[in-house]
Formats: sequence, C-alpha cells, structure tokens
Amino acid sequence: MGILVIAEHDEGALKSGTLNAITAATQIGPDVTVLVAAEASGPVAAEAARVAGVARVLAADAPHYARPTAENMAALVLSIASNYSHVLAPATNFGKNFMPRVAAKLDVAQVSEISAVVSPDTFVRPIYAGNALATVQSKDPIKVITVRATAFEPAATGGSAAVEPLAAVADTGQAVVTGRNLTKSARPELAAARIIVSGGRGMGNGENFKLLEALADKLGAAVGASRAAVDAGFVPNDYQVGQTGKVVAPELYVAVGISGAIQHLAGMKDSKVIVAINKDAEAPIFQVADYGLVADLFQAVPELTSELG
Amino acid sequence: MKVLVAVKRVVDYNVKVRVKADGTGVEVANVKMSMNPFDEIGVEEAIRLKEAGACSEIVVVSLGVPQCQETLRTALAMGADRAILVETDAELQPLAVAKLLKAVVDREQPKLAILGKQAIDDDANQTGQMLAALLDWPQATFASKLTVSGERAEVVREIDGGLETLSIALPAVMTTDLRLNEPRYVTLPNIMKAKKKPLEVLKPDALGVDPAPRLATLKVEEPPKRQAGAKVADVKELVAKLKGEAKII
Repeated sequence: MGILVIAEHDEGALKSGTLNAITAATQIGPDVTVLVAAEASGPVAAEAARVAGVARVLAADAPHYARPTAENMAALVLSIASNYSHVLAPATNFGKNFMPRVAAKLDVAQVSEISAVVSPDTFVRPIYAGNALATVQSKDPIKVITVRATAFEPAATGGSAAVEPLAAVADTGQAVVTGRNLTKSARPELAAARIIVSGGRGMGNGENFKLLEALADKLGAAVGASRAAVDAGFVPNDYQVGQTGKVVAPELYVAVGISGAIQHLAGMKDSKVIVAINKDAEAPIFQVADYGLVADLFQAVPELTSELG
Repeated sequence: MKVLVAVKRVVDYNVKVRVKADGTGVEVANVKMSMNPFDEIGVEEAIRLKEAGACSEIVVVSLGVPQCQETLRTALAMGADRAILVETDAELQPLAVAKLLKAVVDREQPKLAILGKQAIDDDANQTGQMLAALLDWPQATFASKLTVSGERAEVVREIDGGLETLSIALPAVMTTDLRLNEPRYVTLPNIMKAKKKPLEVLKPDALGVDPAPRLATLKVEEPPKRQAGAKVADVKELVAKLKGEAKII
C-alpha cells in the first residue's frame, strides 16, 4: 500500500509545501505517489516527477481543477484513496480545505498538521498553539494527514517518476469559484521566504507598514504581521503569522512592534534567528529573540534600512 | 431561514497552558474557560443575519461536559434563540463531533451551519469540513464575508495569498475566519434574559452516534524551549551581530 501526496500548485509550478509533504511521506514509507489536479497539469506533473523519492505521478486534468473547490478535490482524491495506506497534503489553506472532507467520507480521523513522523501510524502534532506536542497513534485503515511544512525539509530534485493520467471526476457543481483576488507582490511568499519582516500593533497604522516594506526590499524579505495588526485592519489577513495564520520558520525573522502574544509565537518561534525591535523592554517577544533592540521602531527601522544600504 | 452555530468550550486564549507532569495532556483544572474565539465570530455572524432579516432562528449547539452550558448561555446572551447541549464526559474528536452535529442538523434542518475554522485547543481545523462531507453539503471555509440571497450564499474566503469568492447553494456549512466580524460584548440585562431561553440536553446515544475516539494520544510533552538571546544597544550593533555572529545578511 503506497502513500499518496496531493500536490499544491499554481498551475505553473509546485508550491513549496508540497515538497515538505513529500519528505514527510518518504519518512512513512518508500512508495510515494503524487497527485496533480489541474486544468493543464503538464509542467507541474513534470516537475513533480523530478522530485526525489516520488515513484509515480498521477495527473488529472479538467477545467474545474483550475481553481478547485473542496468538493471537487475531495471527490477526486476519494476516487483513488482506497489504493493507499496514507493520504497527505500540506497543511496550508489549500490542504486544510478539502482533506477533512476526504477523511470524513472515508470514516477515518484526520491527523492535522503533523510535525514529525514517529512510525507509519504514529505522529507528533502541535496543540494549544504549539505550547504542547501530542504524539498520536491512528489505527484507521487509511491515515489522512496534513503536514506542517516548516517541520520537514523540502524534498530535493533528482527523481524520474512516470506520469500517468488519472480520470477526472465530474464537477459536483455544489460550489462555484466566482472570483479570486490575490495580493500582488514582488516579494517572496511568506511560507517560502528566507527572511521575514513582520509588524504588530506597534506599527500604529497600515501606512506605516511602508517602513517595513522598505526594509524587506533591502533584505529580499517577505512582509508578515501579527494577528493584532490584522485585527486592527493594518494589513490583509494573508500576512498573518501565528496560530490562526501561517506558521513560518525562516532563517531570519524580524519582529517589529510585536509584543509576542502566545498565538504569534506559535507561528514563528522555530525561526533560526529572531530579531525583536520594540520600545517596551518587558515585551514577551524578547524572551524568544536572539537579538533584542529596545527602541522606537519609527527611528530604528529606517536606520536599519539605511545601515543595510 | 434557521441558522445553526456550533460553539466549543476551550481554555481561554489568554491562558498559557501547562503540560501535565505525567504527560497525559495539559492542565485544564482550575483554568479559565471561554468560548472558542472563532465560534464567537460564528454566533455574531448569525445574529447579524437575523438583525438583517435573513435569519428567523439561531440555534447554538455545544458538545461535551455539563459546564458547556455556560458557553451556550454566553451565546444566548449574545443573541442566539435556543441552545442544545450534547452532553458527554467522553473525549470527543473532530470526526465524532461532526457525526453528532450531523444528527442535530438532521433534526433541526437549518439552512446554514456556522462553525469556527479551528478550535484553539486541539488546533485541528476539521470539524466544519467533516460536517459538510457527512451531510453532502457544500462548504465555505475561512470566511471573511457572507452575503445570503435566496437559496444561495456568496462567501469571500481567506486563501493563501489573498481572497477567493465562492457561490454556494444552501443548505451549506461555513467556517469563520478572523475578519468576518468583531463579536459584540454581552450585557448584563442580556445575560439575565439568556437564563430564561430554552436549553435542551441530549445524550450521544439518543442521537445514534458512537463518539469513540479514533486517535490514541500516547503522550503530550512540552516543546523544546527557546533561549532568550541578548539585547543589543543600537542598530549598528544589531547589524554587526547579524553580519558577524549570525552570518545571515
């Protein structure tokens, strides 16, 4: 019984979380199949076939996989799920949307957002915003799993898997995607960025995020935010780093005007190096920061940007 | 239309939980409990639908120990009309919750079921999607805007990298994200009024559902602690450290 990994992609290339999920799959067992559902799967399927550790790529092409609904993704995965012992997807909003649907239809539990594979039926997953790690064992015949990307290295290239076509499942028509409004940015994506500059409530307003953007552009960094900054309407929700937003682990995380609430720390405490800039010397963010600067961010950030020039 | 909202009693979001010494779970005795924040957003959204004339009755449902009645009373004080508690002391995992909720939905026949996108205790992010699957209803997860018109709903959803607009046929399941609304505070007069609103208690057996857990928790432990580093005096020292010591930039 093999392992099925559902690829997340943008119709042109694999999203980075897919590579982390493939690594988790190879830690479970050797026979890894990647499913690419797309309007035109060609380039993505070819890319998946070159990933080390992938034995087979299944490519399902249909117009309704261009912006797939949870209903259509679940129906496609269910058409082949019984051939596999494990079904994995990245724990992104993509994977989180349809995987529980697959699990419920199979009458099995889902193991959400695993951070380690102990054995083929036992996994570690964070609970309570990462303040505790639970080791859980599933006795279900098929394990449905979402994978926390930051906990697994991305799979390397070097494979040469065969690509096989898979019949699409008819559009359920239950939900229709009528629009998509993606944030356009020349900066790297949060999930894949090597450096992230994040702002919190201390930024004061959305306009002030320009200070962070200037710094981010100097560093080639992505811009993130705390929940407080999103709640206050400074920036869109997809900037959010934390328990209820994105979980990131870049090489460098610069937290600016962020106090360090539990729910924010949950999303970034695995970063390699953390820098905190905050005028409150008692802010909890300093307890996890490698380098803390107690300063007014409106002076420190422009100064930092020009120092890096 | 009738709207059903599921609410979970969880450790308050301000509490930093402690792992039990014997590694069986986290300490929840004598810890402040509250309504899961995303469920509060769900209750608020239902109330706004009712205030806008798009909803005739709001039924709130919770599952778990008798103390969940407090959570339901909070929802009633916010403005829900009626409450149902599926009472059990047993551990409930998302699949079991979805099955129990399906049984309640079959009985109540709401047009819309609203759930929080995730509970802040188990962080599973599953139950709404599972309920939708069991009911064969469409779903709209991570909602940041809801517009109901006739037999359909338009939902703007948070996706990675932006927003997506989904048109779904009702009945449907929606799960809430942060930006959907800002829940109201409950007032004392409304708390008093909520005490008189109907609250029905059911047992899982009566709903014909076996809520046995599917995942065995083998152990719960503390994550490795991150050590605090040093303070730097100024921006120049920070840049020097990042270049010299951390070799990041």
